[in-house]
Parts: sequence; C-alpha cells; structure tokens
Amino acid sequence: MFPELNNLLNITPDKVEQGKLTLLCDAKTDGSFLVHHFLSFFLKAKCKVCFVALVQSFSHYNIVGQKLGVSLTTAWERGQLVFLEALKTSLDIFFQTPAGPHPLQFLREASARNLQPLYAFVQEALKPEDGGEATWRHPVLLVDDLSVLLSLGVRAVAVLDFIHYCRATVCTELKGNLVALVHDSGDAADEENDLLVSGLSHQSHLILRAEGLATGFCKDVHGQLKVLWRRPSQAAAQRDRSLTYQYKIQDKTVSFFAKGLSPAVL
Amino acid sequence: MAAAATCGAGAGSPGSVAAAVDRSSATSFQRKGPRAGGADGGGPRLVSIAGTRPSVRNGQLLVSTGLPALDQLLGGGLAVGTVLLIEEDKYNIYSPLLFKYFLAEGIVSGHTLLVASAREHPAGILQELPAPLLDDSYEKEFDEDGCNHKTPDSSMKMKIAWRYQLLPKMEAGPVSSSRFGHYYDTSKKIPQELLRTAKWHGFFLPERISPPLTVEPCHLTHGYMKLLEFIKKIVSEEGVDGSHPQKKTKNILRIGIQSLGSPLWGDDACCAEACDDSHSLTKFLYVLRGLVRASLSACLVTVPAHLIQNKAITARVTSLSDTVVGLESFVGSERETNPLYKDYHGLIHIRQIPRLNNLICDESDVKDLAFKLKRKLFTIERLHLPPDLSDTVSRESKQDVAVPAPRPGRGCSGLAEGEKHLDF
Repeated sequence: MFPELNNLLNITPDKVEQGKLTLLCDAKTDGSFLVHHFLSFFLKAKCKVCFVALVQSFSHYNIVGQKLGVSLTTAWERGQLVFLEALKTSLDIFFQTPAGPHPLQFLREASARNLQPLYAFVQEALKPEDGGEATWRHPVLLVDDLSVLLSLGVRAVAVLDFIHYCRATVCTELKGNLVALVHDSGDAADEENDLLVSGLSHQSHLILRAEGLATGFCKDVHGQLKVLWRRPSQAAAQRDRSLTYQYKIQDKTVSFFAKGLSPAVL
Repeated sequence: MAAAATCGAGAGSPGSVAAAVDRSSATSFQRKGPRAGGADGGGPRLVSIAGTRPSVRNGQLLVSTGLPALDQLLGGGLAVGTVLLIEEDKYNIYSPLLFKYFLAEGIVSGHTLLVASAREHPAGILQELPAPLLDDSYEKEFDEDGCNHKTPDSSMKMKIAWRYQLLPKMEAGPVSSSRFGHYYDTSKKIPQELLRTAKWHGFFLPERISPPLTVEPCHLTHGYMKLLEFIKKIVSEEGVDGSHPQKKTKNILRIGIQSLGSPLWGDDACCAEACDDSHSLTKFLYVLRGLVRASLSACLVTVPAHLIQNKAITARVTSLSDTVVGLESFVGSERETNPLYKDYHGLIHIRQIPRLNNLICDESDVKDLAFKLKRKLFTIERLHLPPDLSDTVSRESKQDVAVPAPRPGRGCSGLAEGEKHLDF
C-alpha cells in the first residue's frame, strides 16, 4: 500500500469505512497500481479478501505484493485470501466440459446471460465462518478488472447485475467492502463499456480515476488521479467533493503531488 | 587458513571450501550466488536456455524479437509468457518482416516454432525467412549496407594491421546461438541446412477445417477453436508447460500467428461494425494469454488493426495483449512524397508495454520513432526532421505533417488536444 494515497483518502488499515463500493477507473493509462494498493491495504488491515484476478497471474500479484510488504502466499495459506486465478482456471473450463458448476462458466456460452456461478463463488468464499470468533475482520471483494468480462462476451447489464448482487451480499449483509477496476475506453466509442462505467459510477461511494496526461507522455509525471467522494449523508457543500492530484509511480511506492508541483518541475 | 574457514562457512559444501582456500589470498569477500568455478561441480542456479536472458528489472526470462533495436525499445526483449501484438501496416508490407524476424531468431537460437496462418502455408513462410548475418561478416555488411557491396576475394584481402590476424577469432562458429538477438539479411534466404535442423509445427487453417463444415453450437469461431486446441496440444507435447514436470532439456516455444482477426479466419470483426460474435477475437486472445502464461513460450501475433471496423474491439484487443507495437507505413499516404520524411519508410508506435512483476514498466523516453527498410536490414531510428536549409520559412504544411499522428495508446494521448491545455 502507498502511505501517501492513504493520507489523501484519510484511511489507515486500522480505520476503514465499512460497507462501501470503491470504483477504480483508468483512462488512457494503466490503473493497476491502485489494485495493488488496495490488495495490500486490506491484507494489512486483516480483512478476509476474495480477489477475482482476471488479467494477471498469481505470481505477478505476489511479487508486486512483496514489494509492498505483503505476502500473498502466506495470506492464502492462512485462509485470509481467496484467489481466483482466472487465466489458469479458464483453460480448464475452456478445453473440457466441467463436472460441476464453475465460476467461469460463461466462457463456454455463446452469449452469457449472467454471472451467477461467479457470484456463487464469491458468496462461498466470503461466507462467515460459523462458530468461534472470527479470525479476520470484515470481508472484501476485489475485482481486477471488470472490463475483461465484456471482452469475454458478457453483457454490461450482466456485469452490473453481478456487482449489484455482490453489493447486497458483501457491502450490506456482511458489512464488507467492494473494490473494482474498470477501464474507461475514452474515445474508442465502446458503448457497452461506457454503460458499465457510468452504471458503476452511479452506485459507488468513492471513485478513483487515474488518467493519462492530456499533454502526452512525461517521464516524471505518470498521470493524474481524480478522487471523487459521493456521500449522501454529508452536508451539501461537502457532498460531491472532488480532488485532483498528479502522481509518479516509483519502484515500490507512488508519490502524489498537487497539480503542477512535480519535484522535477520545481 | 583461518580466513578461508570464515569465508567458506556460509557456503557449506566441501567443494566451496576448497575454492575459498584458493582465493583466500585475494579477498575475504565472497559472492553468495552461483559459483562460476568448476570446483563446485554444480551448475548455475538458473537453467540457461539458448537465446534467452533474464531481465534486469523484473527477473523475467526474455527472448529476442529478432530485431535488436525493437528489443531495446521493449525493455530488453520479449518476456517469456507474454503476447506481442503487431498492428499491421496498411498494405501489409513491413509487418511480415517482423513476423519473419521473430521466427528466424527462433531457428537460430534453436527454439521450437509454431507457425499459424490462414493465408500462406507455414512451410512456405519458413522458406522465406531471412538469412542470419554471420558474426564475422556482420560488421562488414552492416557498414557497407546501402553502398556498392562486393565480396572481396579471399586472396585479395586488404591487410590493415596484419598483426591482428594472428589473434584467435572470438566467435568462429557459423552462427553463435548463444548470443541474444541477431541481425538478418533480408535479401537472402535462410540456409537450407539451418532450416532442416529447426523443429517446427505448422497450422494452416484451410487444411485443418473439415470440408463439410459441421457447425456445432460453439462459443468461438471455428478456426480460433481449432488453433487453440492445436496450441494446447503442442504445448503439452513439447513439455513447455510449467505445470507438469519438465523434460530434461528446457526449450522455448515461439508461437507466431499471422493476420489474426482477418476475414480468412472466419472472423467478421473486419467486415461489419456491429457483428454477432464480436467477442471471438478477444476471447481467443484471453485464452491464448492463459496458455502462454502457463508455459515457456513467447507469442507474436499480427493483426490487421486498420481493417477492424469497430474501434471498441481494437481497444479491447490492445488491453488483452501484453506488448503492442503499431506500424504505420508511408506507402500510399501523402507523407511518402513529403521531404520531411524522405529518410524513412514509416512510423513505429510502441503503444503498450506490460508491467510484469512490477508497478512500473520499461518505457523509453523517445516516442517518435521511425523505421526504414534498407537493402538488407530493417532499422528503427529516432525520428529526426532534416535541417531546413532555405532562408525563408518556406516549408509548407510543416504544421500539418510534422506533428505525429495522434496516438491513442496509453500514457500518450493525442497532441492536438493538448495545444491549449497545459498540465504543468
């Protein structure tokens, strides 16, 4: 996790708001650093994490996690982390008919109606252990990333349904958190994806939007991060507060600074 | 001897103590890593495969694309287990070259090849591969390329600094397969004896599809399904899949897929903007990514991106591949005759570089790159405009043409919209 981002969002591993949907969105840049941040953040916060990894392999997340100070292998052995490595399991279901229900069932269908098996997987993974005191704090569902589901033939409406079900279970029922990444296609005119992004933005409590710089590539500023809180409970003036920072990704951390105040410029 | 004992204590094996005794006079510092000396008897920790090298940044095993200049731009090479996507240029003149370089490099390095095409027969593609430049003649050819080149008679050799002739040649073999990345002579074909030693598997789509097209209710275009099954079969036959215990000799599988997404594959992504199975290509790439990640293989795919009507598919295809390189040739465009670009044949865009095991990627600072096909070599250079020698500002359309085409890739957006806006 990146301490500077925690400061910006005013959260620490000890103090997490529960029951929230955080949307990570990237446009014209790669927002995967946000996923790594939240993965290590919730593992450090001793939450039970279910990670649906659709784009990268386990070892990738593990090695980056080690740079950020968490070991995914240990967390997985202790039962803190449930990891769905879709790249690997997709091969099993793609080439042979599965015996039972499979979380990635939709890969075999020409036009996938729903993501029910995937939801069942999440529900099973985050089910509170019965009896005895809970080892881990509230559950967290992390998805990297939802746009891939569209590429695999799932309709945007089905993805929105899936998130809605997950919100009902994880956020409301179990008082946990949900974090998901989507790509904003920008000017590519991807209607399905636009529908997904706007639908998710409407539901989420906090939106972190990483954007590439409009002026192009820069060695010292990798992009800007817009933070948008959507809190219905607060006063109208505070309600849709939005902040923009520029950031630079370093080897093990990300530094944030106000617009135009990059150390390289000053 | 006391010093030797302390030095050798960490290593533990008797052989290493002996080695420490030998070196104890020199220094008390010892490398803990794999010992190069023969005293150990044990091999290096990392099994080295011909034609590969580990990345300095993330420890990934890299293979060469067959074009050292491109390797450099991609952060040292193509990581094993990733997919490199080449967006074909408009008339498909230059992208087959990159495809052939990739395969030729595999043959020279002794890798196994898997060639898939819907248009040309794989055996035919292999016959057309460029010849590797031999190490002794490489320097000469590289320098004289473009000039009048005549092979001097061996008896007429010019003798400059004759005393160097006595020195032993460092790499005397025909082609050193140990080196990473070779140069190729596009004017010559690959020698037949080299081709005979190569191990390759071909996938030619028309041969694979049974004539009565039994259209079973399939979730993927028929040709793609066949190809994925073929790749999976080869991967497990060659023993390059990491999940199962490996055979004794590890080797790399190079997968080359030509013109994926073209109508010849039975994909209608190129024909209609809103087609029924617009997910075939992306689904194929996803499963391919899964296959490649789980094996010791590197994949190069060329895609006719300019044919794909639906831009949404192009964006999804980009995000599902690891490395994306776009070629934009000047052929047929007004830039061909523009004096600004007279030195080049086209532009090359590095659209995406993967972040593997890392938060950051090896992105080069130079974004304006151009390529040129010389008589024998394909070169990538930094784009330079020629000096303006006229007295007056007479260069027409300087504003229009000098700005490189807007690049929709990540991290580098079009310059046009930035003209008014300043980030800092």
